[in-house]
Amino acid sequence: MSDLNTGMVEKYRNNFLKEVEANVEEGDWVKMCMQCGVCSGSCPLGTDWDHPPQELFMMIRAGKREEVLQSTSMWMCTSCYNCIVRCPRELPITHIMHGLAHYATRLGIEPKGQPTRQFAQLFWDNLAKNGRVNELWLGVNLYFMNGLVEGVKVALGMAGIGLGMLKAGRLSLKELVGGHTVKDKKGFKAMIKKAQELEAARVDNAQ
Amino acid sequence: MADEMKIGAYICNGCGIGERLDSSQLEMTATRDGKAAVCQQHDFLCSEAGVKMIQDDIDNEGVNHVVLAACSRRAKTEAFNFDNVTLSRANLREGVIWVRPDEDDQRETTQEMADDYIRMACAESKYMKIPEASGQQSVNKNILIAGGGVAGMTAALEASKAGYPCTIVEKSGELGGATAKLYKKIPTSAPYADPEDNGVDAMVAAVEADSNITVCLNSTLTNTAGAPGRFAADISTESGSTETKDFGAIVQASGFTEYDANQLPEFAYGKNKDVVTQMELEALAKEADGGAIKRPSDGKEVQSVLFIQCAGQRSKKEGHLEHCSGYCCSASIKQAMYFKDQNADVDTTVLFSDLRTPGAGGENFYRSGQKKGVIFTKGIASEVVDGANPTVKFKDLILDEDVDLEVDMVVLATGMVPNAGQPSRAELTDQDNEDIAAEKAGEEKEIRIDVESILNLDYRQGKDVPHMDNGFADSHFICFPYETQRTGIYTAGPVRRPMDTQQAMDDAMGAAMKAIAAAENAGLGKAAHPRVADLSFPTFRAEGCTQCKRCTVECPFGAINETDDGYPEFNESRCRRCGTCMGACPVRVISFENYSIDTVGQQLKAVDIPDEFDEKPRILVLACENDAYPALDMAAQNKLEYSAFTRIIPVRCLGSVSLSWITDSMNSGYDGIILMGCPSGDDYQCHFVKGSLMAQERMSKVGDTLESLSLEKERVQTYEISITDIHKVPKIINEMVDTIEQIGMSPFKF
Repeated sequence: MSDLNTGMVEKYRNNFLKEVEANVEEGDWVKMCMQCGVCSGSCPLGTDWDHPPQELFMMIRAGKREEVLQSTSMWMCTSCYNCIVRCPRELPITHIMHGLAHYATRLGIEPKGQPTRQFAQLFWDNLAKNGRVNELWLGVNLYFMNGLVEGVKVALGMAGIGLGMLKAGRLSLKELVGGHTVKDKKGFKAMIKKAQELEAARVDNAQ
Repeated sequence: MADEMKIGAYICNGCGIGERLDSSQLEMTATRDGKAAVCQQHDFLCSEAGVKMIQDDIDNEGVNHVVLAACSRRAKTEAFNFDNVTLSRANLREGVIWVRPDEDDQRETTQEMADDYIRMACAESKYMKIPEASGQQSVNKNILIAGGGVAGMTAALEASKAGYPCTIVEKSGELGGATAKLYKKIPTSAPYADPEDNGVDAMVAAVEADSNITVCLNSTLTNTAGAPGRFAADISTESGSTETKDFGAIVQASGFTEYDANQLPEFAYGKNKDVVTQMELEALAKEADGGAIKRPSDGKEVQSVLFIQCAGQRSKKEGHLEHCSGYCCSASIKQAMYFKDQNADVDTTVLFSDLRTPGAGGENFYRSGQKKGVIFTKGIASEVVDGANPTVKFKDLILDEDVDLEVDMVVLATGMVPNAGQPSRAELTDQDNEDIAAEKAGEEKEIRIDVESILNLDYRQGKDVPHMDNGFADSHFICFPYETQRTGIYTAGPVRRPMDTQQAMDDAMGAAMKAIAAAENAGLGKAAHPRVADLSFPTFRAEGCTQCKRCTVECPFGAINETDDGYPEFNESRCRRCGTCMGACPVRVISFENYSIDTVGQQLKAVDIPDEFDEKPRILVLACENDAYPALDMAAQNKLEYSAFTRIIPVRCLGSVSLSWITDSMNSGYDGIILMGCPSGDDYQCHFVKGSLMAQERMSKVGDTLESLSLEKERVQTYEISITDIHKVPKIINEMVDTIEQIGMSPFKF
């Protein structure tokens, strides 16, 4: 458990709802849920969630901090926005799901080994490097994220598709070294840095 | 009115009637069989010229009984509105040509149908009289209002504004009722975000400033006699003085009592002082007056509070209320705000199973509560454990787990019990009836009805307005709002159905308007809902009466008292003109001027019954004019066909159907009879409350009569028809024709 997490526990004690309102993106919407269940019923992956959104909201109100933040549920969200469109109370449910996932990550108590989470991290690392997604490295990193042996197996299994993409010009071996970038890479890096500073300041404020 | 009856028959040839039917034949039927002295045809009878033609005959030819052979009696009523004549209508459009195919081989039976309807209308006309008001009462504009809460005060203010003097009789020492006890009320205007001032002081001031309103505090109604237009009410004060005043109509706004939480030992009520009801919390909030609310046990400022919704209500458990009181969810939100608005850190939890916030602003108010941080938890409380702090045990229905929650205070949302007074005679238990009989016989017997009467009506049928589901004094929530089962007495506010302050005020306006209309109508001798403005009223032939009292018992509106020598005593203005008394009377002595045993009996006899070997059966349909007859009309508008052997007679209510009509028609050779009335039972739609129920009961015994005539039971069938059963009615008729085909024609054709 990180220091940040201990600090938050200390600060909010039994009031997890207040913690969520202060720290989670769009978290102050959680109290507005009226438990109709339309979001849970609308989610295309709903059956794969341990706790559908409506239940997560209730758990937050009931103060089930660890169960919520360590849950794999919000990581299952594919951002299809079906729930947002249908919510009669107009809760930004998708954003709250990502907000919860992000907050759990910040606290360092996110579920380890959750594939969606891992992919998200790989994607971000890849993108943040050059401002463009390097498909080749993203693929390679993804295949080998669970070790060399399994990576080879997965890579061999995908070889046909990879070759096809190469032939069609959808994938370039040039990407192995360097790869394409945004025009103003320096500017892009500065932008990311500034955003991270702002976010850090916000988090500091919240603490 | 001319002394001699002169029937004028008028045949319309419009709307296709002229093309489909032989109108000279119809004219002949009217003059020869119907004995119409005048008979005229017109191509467009409901036009100005057509109506003028009739009016001229009334003015110049002395026609006083008008027979119209045109469309349904429900159509063109504004055009065919003649004064000082009787009006009968042969339904040739909806009843004949629209329900029969336009084919050459059908012409004969279609024409027979039309001829019969003309004979029937003429026969009815012969036995109708022009109704005249009895003059039992004159207009009395005074309105009596029982109850001085917001509903009562609103009714008084509204009626007073309309120019009707009001008297409020209030049992307690001050006006304001339950609302005056509220710290604040559920908001009544946009944005519906915060509790509002209860507004009682301003209303009381307005009432006191109004010279048209008399207020009698510490007073009760010890006797209410009479009828609309001539109610005489004894207003007795606590000190013992009694004053009798006359009124035209009554609004009963006697409100509610909070459900007795002592019946909820599982929630530690009475054991733990910090378990309170909503009304008790209002008192605590009033005391705090914007400051921190302190709990009763030790005066500690409340830091956490839990509201248990539906405490002892919406439950089938013995002693619990079955209904939803409709206001307590909003009330709990409001009360949670008392805490939150004072200190946002107070934990407020509303434990609900179904949150309902009726009214225009309900949803906004719920949202506002959420915004203020009130926690809403879907769950069902099983127990409150007594302790220094009460602990609520509940099942969380979303998280599916059992939870123990310790809080500083628990509030029970217990709901409303209507102050509806005593049950009517029909609702009393056998024991109650025995006690009443014993008391009447002079024995000293304590009657164990533990409810005080509100109105103390001097009616044979009971001291108060009859109760409906769960003890509320209503008539039919959807179909006949504001109406009670006592004419001229209108309930408003929570005595009628559970509601909050704003709804009670809206309700009171409606009731005040109804009361005004009732007082005015009574003065003119006109009926109230649903036969509005009907002037006819029941009379009886005393020499034929056997004093069986069935009419007094079966009248759904308590219109009939008994005289000391046991005869019925009709109170015209209490009567709704349904004719249930007429249907009840075994010796057929009750009649209306324009609706009697004869007006229907002669119609069914006027039908030409073909020979047994003609293979033309005759099916008589007695259809309730409120729902079944419109359904038949609408079936015709949709061109749904039914058998040409059908002859339909509208009746005011199935409750008015006399068994003599059944035996008469069987004896006349009808092959089948269909009775169509409104649905009865718990979800009744009978416009006269229990007319159709009475008919069902009576008709259940008709099988014996048929057996005594050696006839098959299938020949008489009763159906419950809603106004929407448009596709069902033709089917029912055609099935009867099939049945007759199977069991054979009636042997009673001569």
